[in-house]
Amino acid sequence: MLYIQCPWCGWRDESEFGYGGEAHIDRPADPQALSDAEWAEYLYMRDNPRGVFRERWVHSGGCRRWFNAVRDTVTYEFKAFYKMGERPPGEAP
Amino acid sequence: MSQPNRLPSGGRIDRGAPLTFTFDGQVLEGYAGDTVASALLANGISLIARSIKLHRPRGIVAAGAEDPNSLVQIGRGAQTVPDLRATQAELYDGMEVRSVNHWPSLKFDVTAVTGLFAPLMPAGFYYKTFKWPPSWWQRVYEPQIRHAAGFGTAPDAPDPDRYDKVNRHCDLLVVGGGPAGLAAALEAGRRGARVMLCDEQSEFGGRLLATREEIDGQPATEWVAAAVEELAALPEVTLLPRTTAFGFYDHGFSSLLERVTDHLGPVSPDRRPRQRQWRVRARRTVLAAGAIERPLVFCNNDRPGIMTASAVSTYVNRHSVTPGQRAVVFTNNDSAYQTALDLSDRGVAVAAVIDVRPEPAGTLVERVRAEGIEILSGHAVVDTVGRRHLKNIKVMRLNARGDGIYGDVRTIACDLLASSGGWNPVIHLHAQPRGETRYDVSIAAFVAEGLRADVQIAGAANGGFALGQCIREGLASGARAAAGAGFGSDDIEGAAPSVTEPDEAPIRPMWRVPARRPVSRAPKQFVDFQNDQTAADIYLAIRENYRSIEHIKRYTSMGFGTDQGKLNNINGTGIAAEALGEEIGRIGTTSFRPAYTPVTFGALAGREIGAERFHAVRKTPMHRWHAEQGALFENVGDWKRPWYYPRAGDSMRAALDREVQAVRQGVGILDASTLGKIDVRGPDAGELLNRVYTNGWKNLPVGRAKYGLMLGEDGMVMDDGVSARMAEDRYHMTTTTGGAARVLAWLEEWLQTEWRDLRVFLTSTTDQWAAISLAGPRSREVAARVLEDVDLSAEAFPLMTWREATAAGVPARVFRVSFSGELGYEINVAADYGQRVWDALWAAGQEFGITPYGTESMHILRAEKGFIIPGQETDGSVNPMDLGMHALLSDKKDYLGKRSLQRADAVRADREQFVGLIPVDDAGAPLSEPIPEGAQLTEDPNANEAAKPVPLAGYVTSSYHSPTLGHAISLGMLRRGRERHDEIVYAPQADGRVLRCQVTRPVFYDAEGARQHV
Repeated sequence: MLYIQCPWCGWRDESEFGYGGEAHIDRPADPQALSDAEWAEYLYMRDNPRGVFRERWVHSGGCRRWFNAVRDTVTYEFKAFYKMGERPPGEAP
Repeated sequence: MSQPNRLPSGGRIDRGAPLTFTFDGQVLEGYAGDTVASALLANGISLIARSIKLHRPRGIVAAGAEDPNSLVQIGRGAQTVPDLRATQAELYDGMEVRSVNHWPSLKFDVTAVTGLFAPLMPAGFYYKTFKWPPSWWQRVYEPQIRHAAGFGTAPDAPDPDRYDKVNRHCDLLVVGGGPAGLAAALEAGRRGARVMLCDEQSEFGGRLLATREEIDGQPATEWVAAAVEELAALPEVTLLPRTTAFGFYDHGFSSLLERVTDHLGPVSPDRRPRQRQWRVRARRTVLAAGAIERPLVFCNNDRPGIMTASAVSTYVNRHSVTPGQRAVVFTNNDSAYQTALDLSDRGVAVAAVIDVRPEPAGTLVERVRAEGIEILSGHAVVDTVGRRHLKNIKVMRLNARGDGIYGDVRTIACDLLASSGGWNPVIHLHAQPRGETRYDVSIAAFVAEGLRADVQIAGAANGGFALGQCIREGLASGARAAAGAGFGSDDIEGAAPSVTEPDEAPIRPMWRVPARRPVSRAPKQFVDFQNDQTAADIYLAIRENYRSIEHIKRYTSMGFGTDQGKLNNINGTGIAAEALGEEIGRIGTTSFRPAYTPVTFGALAGREIGAERFHAVRKTPMHRWHAEQGALFENVGDWKRPWYYPRAGDSMRAALDREVQAVRQGVGILDASTLGKIDVRGPDAGELLNRVYTNGWKNLPVGRAKYGLMLGEDGMVMDDGVSARMAEDRYHMTTTTGGAARVLAWLEEWLQTEWRDLRVFLTSTTDQWAAISLAGPRSREVAARVLEDVDLSAEAFPLMTWREATAAGVPARVFRVSFSGELGYEINVAADYGQRVWDALWAAGQEFGITPYGTESMHILRAEKGFIIPGQETDGSVNPMDLGMHALLSDKKDYLGKRSLQRADAVRADREQFVGLIPVDDAGAPLSEPIPEGAQLTEDPNANEAAKPVPLAGYVTSSYHSPTLGHAISLGMLRRGRERHDEIVYAPQADGRVLRCQVTRPVFYDAEGARQHV
């Protein structure tokens, strides 16, 4: 069971959290301007890297807040936790 | 004569505390400190089981978790536990032990004749044999296999004992309380770290309980006692004997099973839990679980009397029991020589030590030689004899390459054969969370590779078997782990005690002892005893082109049993490597998964048992009233909702007819409290609703309500509900009963992740409001008698508006909404006042014949009106156009899912569309028996006889008998359905009938909606 640091509540067991898939997928500002393929890209296509992955979590069994994490998909090691709207630590805004 | 194999003195047993127990009804005696296995051996009982497939006689092989044979049933009735390992179960007074897996008795097993057919039962036997005909599997094969292969019986009543779960954080978890684990715990515990030390045995010491080693010139058990005493005195140290770490997961999480009172009797005394599951989050973990000796694999190696050498030493030294009177030791390494000495020193005859190595040398070898015990170097055991117990062994010379035997066959009489093929470090916990392994040639075994930063592995578990090395590694790992958790430095602070190590010669790896005939025709060389899997099976699997060890494992059922291959999986891997002509290191191990040893369901469940523990049960404020009225309840989400209210003698149809007619002609009352309610508040509340509903919401005047449809981003219908504007910055949103939590989470996700600029707060208010629906033409009259401070006239309070009012003296929100198509009011009051207002409405409605109705009538009423229920009419593949809800789709704004509605597939003309259906007879007259929900619709009146697959045109989503119309009605989805009104489609049934269904509009009653607008 993973050990996850909610930015608001601190370290908690994975069983308190829900998983939200890849982070930093922005909803297109004007969906009407997109081709079907571009819309499908936003809607369905997600990266599945071996290694570092930025993903979303929600503390559904706690404060119910969403946040982001950077996790290594091989070792499951978390590299960082950061709030919604923030860039991953060390990355330019 | 009692306990003929008990040695006269010594051992960690209490001869002053004799215990009586039974084995298959036979009354026997043992001592406190015995396991079931040691007590059986003390009593000279060696035949304790029959093998699963061939029903061969089997005895005790090992002295711990690796024993594959000694599964027994302990206790009776509700307390009985099947499949306990006799080598681990501690004996208590009055214990009832039964053998399993034989019929009709252990000594005379009818099924053992299958041994005659053994050549017919090779690897993949089950896959190959029981395939045809398919109908025979359930009726013939499976019952027969289960009868022949039972592993004990389940209890026949609920477990009377309690089980607990505990969560714990610590700095350091040490798994294994042998020399390495004790040293690690001491090093870290002395620094003040919070240490948990667990060991599966009844007392700490690990191998030191079973050997005669010395530390600082004293018996090692004295060092153990001092270490345990010191640890027990440290306030931050928790000692957990009888506790198995069975699962190791990510980020320092471990699951431990503590057997709290299993050793005290069939029932836990003084209300203590029987077992306790510890869920431990440790900053650092030291794995010091020791090593397991593997036997050598030779022909007929499964007879009772053949054991691992370390098991023999354990029984002799720890339990003061000799498993035989004349022993032979068979080995490829030095450690088994100690077993010869352990036996010989206690007066047990050792006929010979057979060593596959041509020139054994070393301290222990010399001591055995000095004892005058014959050493047959460069020899191997090629076969054994003895029907129910070992009688003698056949020994031949081994060639230099170790792949052939030659010379004369020498027969040595013996009743005990102690074999050692080397030692496998217990790397299970390391490997469970994807830890990698490496083959270490120097010890001919797999060791852990690439440890994670928060894990240390020490002692025999790390491949260092020498006692001094175990202690030094334990101290070092304890130091590193403590330092990592913030206690001191990596340098060892404690002094390592002095240990004299014997000189040892290298092991000679031997996965399979050569036989006198090719492997496929030689006597059986068992690898997995519990599954009767042999070396020949592995060779066969490889001949049939299985290559991966995982595939070979599955095809031959290697390591499938409750022992999970602890004894012999590495031998099996070595044999596969040999057959493939490959290095064993390149073959690798099979996967190690939790649980290390079996875990009871009780420990996993803890106190969370009983049907209602798994799911919250939600009841409305008026629940008791419904129950008193005789309502039957339906589960909707977690809620208990009244389904319908039968009166004495009522059929369900009669009750529903009465309830529906009351609503259509008089007045009905429904508990609508379960409807999901979300308070949406903030300056941007209207903007949020605009984005998540398909229609426009910003211009809705305060005091008005409207129907809203919510889509996923894929354009499919997700939920619906009527929402009302309470104030400029505030909306009262309702959702379906089952969708409340999902919708709230959905809105929160968008607000928090995408639309963080919107100033909106969401609050679930489902539980805060009791909601009572009055429906029917007389509902205004009933409402007028209870509601004050509100004008109920149609002009002042029209459909789709809401007003504040006073209901039976308490503040109320009254919504003029209708899910039945009739005049109706939904009265919301604070939940605590729900029953009060319900009672007032009930009393006021008596003169109008007010009738309570439940969810079934509600469904009928809405189906007559063609109102959908998301999840009933929709299944995640239905978009709003399919439902004919084009008018709800705003073209003035964007909303979730809108873009998906423009995809070519979403606007296809031949999509399935929402229709009504009426079952009709050949003359076109409506029938009263509903079409079954879920029925498929076809164009073919002879669909049951037609060639399959029959093209499907749609399906039925809802079906009821309509009391209003006097016949059955259905809702459904039909390809091009909107163009097909009045046509006939067909619903073929499993019983051979084909129902004629007339397609209609999905509104059966009051299509103009006049009745709700009064």
